[in-house]
Amino acid sequence: MANDPIHQFHITKLIPIEIGGLDLSFTNSSLFMVATVATAGAFLYLTTASRGLVPSRMQSISEMSYEFVANMLRDAAGTQGMRFFPLVFSLFMFVLVANLLGMFPYFFTVTSHIIVTFALAMLVMGTVVAYGFWKHGLKFLGLFVPHGVPGVLVPLVVAIEVISFLSRPISLSVRLFANMLAGHITLKVFAGFVVSLASFGAVGVAGAVLPLIMTVALTGLEFLVAFLQAYVFAVLTCMYLNDALHPSH
Amino acid sequence: MNDEEFEERRRKLDEALASKRPRDPESEQGGKGSASGYAMALRLSSEFIAGILVGTGIGWLFDRFLGTSPWGLIVFLLLGFAAGVLNVLRSAGMIAEPEDGRKAPDRRDEN
Repeated sequence: MANDPIHQFHITKLIPIEIGGLDLSFTNSSLFMVATVATAGAFLYLTTASRGLVPSRMQSISEMSYEFVANMLRDAAGTQGMRFFPLVFSLFMFVLVANLLGMFPYFFTVTSHIIVTFALAMLVMGTVVAYGFWKHGLKFLGLFVPHGVPGVLVPLVVAIEVISFLSRPISLSVRLFANMLAGHITLKVFAGFVVSLASFGAVGVAGAVLPLIMTVALTGLEFLVAFLQAYVFAVLTCMYLNDALHPSH
Repeated sequence: MNDEEFEERRRKLDEALASKRPRDPESEQGGKGSASGYAMALRLSSEFIAGILVGTGIGWLFDRFLGTSPWGLIVFLLLGFAAGVLNVLRSAGMIAEPEDGRKAPDRRDEN
């Protein structure tokens, strides 16, 4: 189906692997995850290999991405937060490169599958909970009890705070997944309009100009969204890590 | 090249750069504002929906294991609604967090 807007998200097995009844096949999704890591790693390695004191263009892109994430983390979680820099920087680069790779025609978008984004979000929340309990012990639970709440209301407020905390990985993963999915479907649908309108002769071709303009505009928007979502993911990661570092509400 | 010539060239370059820069910083702010407004809208809506979904999920599991249907769902749906509103207010920076001296007061309105 050339015009099926969902077809681009289908998972196909490239190398079927099954271990102990578990399906561990190497799929097109796995392939693009490997490609994402390879691209990000190769880019950062090659651009910083020569390490000029006056950076070349490519080197300054690498340095800018470093500074960008470092400042974001320092603003949100203070200098103590810098111990999480490797995690936040890897997440940012992975999401950004995966989103941008997805913009190539016929490429698979890794982040348009909720299980991938949910795994990333759970990695963040797992780090927050594990580090919070390791560093603060049971005082970490103080995160759920705001100061100055009347005794009667405490159970209610704690329940609301716990639900609010549990909703974080969901909102983190759903936001990234929904943006990428919706963007790619919209692009495909508008691009499909161009083809189907153009088959109606001269009038159709004239009409097909409108969805074509729309497709070009949406492609620009999608590049913006690809960057913006990587940024939002990283910013929220920093804010949640701040809760692990300073749990007192 | 001596120092005076160098200073002279540097001054000229500064002038040339200044003429290339946008005069009005407000116009740039406008473009940035709409992009981050878009991010804000997406963020707030997903925060709200996630709160309700988690509340409903907990309520459903509660009922399923304790057989209190439909009360768990009703109560936790309402709590989830409250948590969603709390999420939205918090990510919009509308909730004044009690300060413990380290957090910046506006740490929650990055974008």
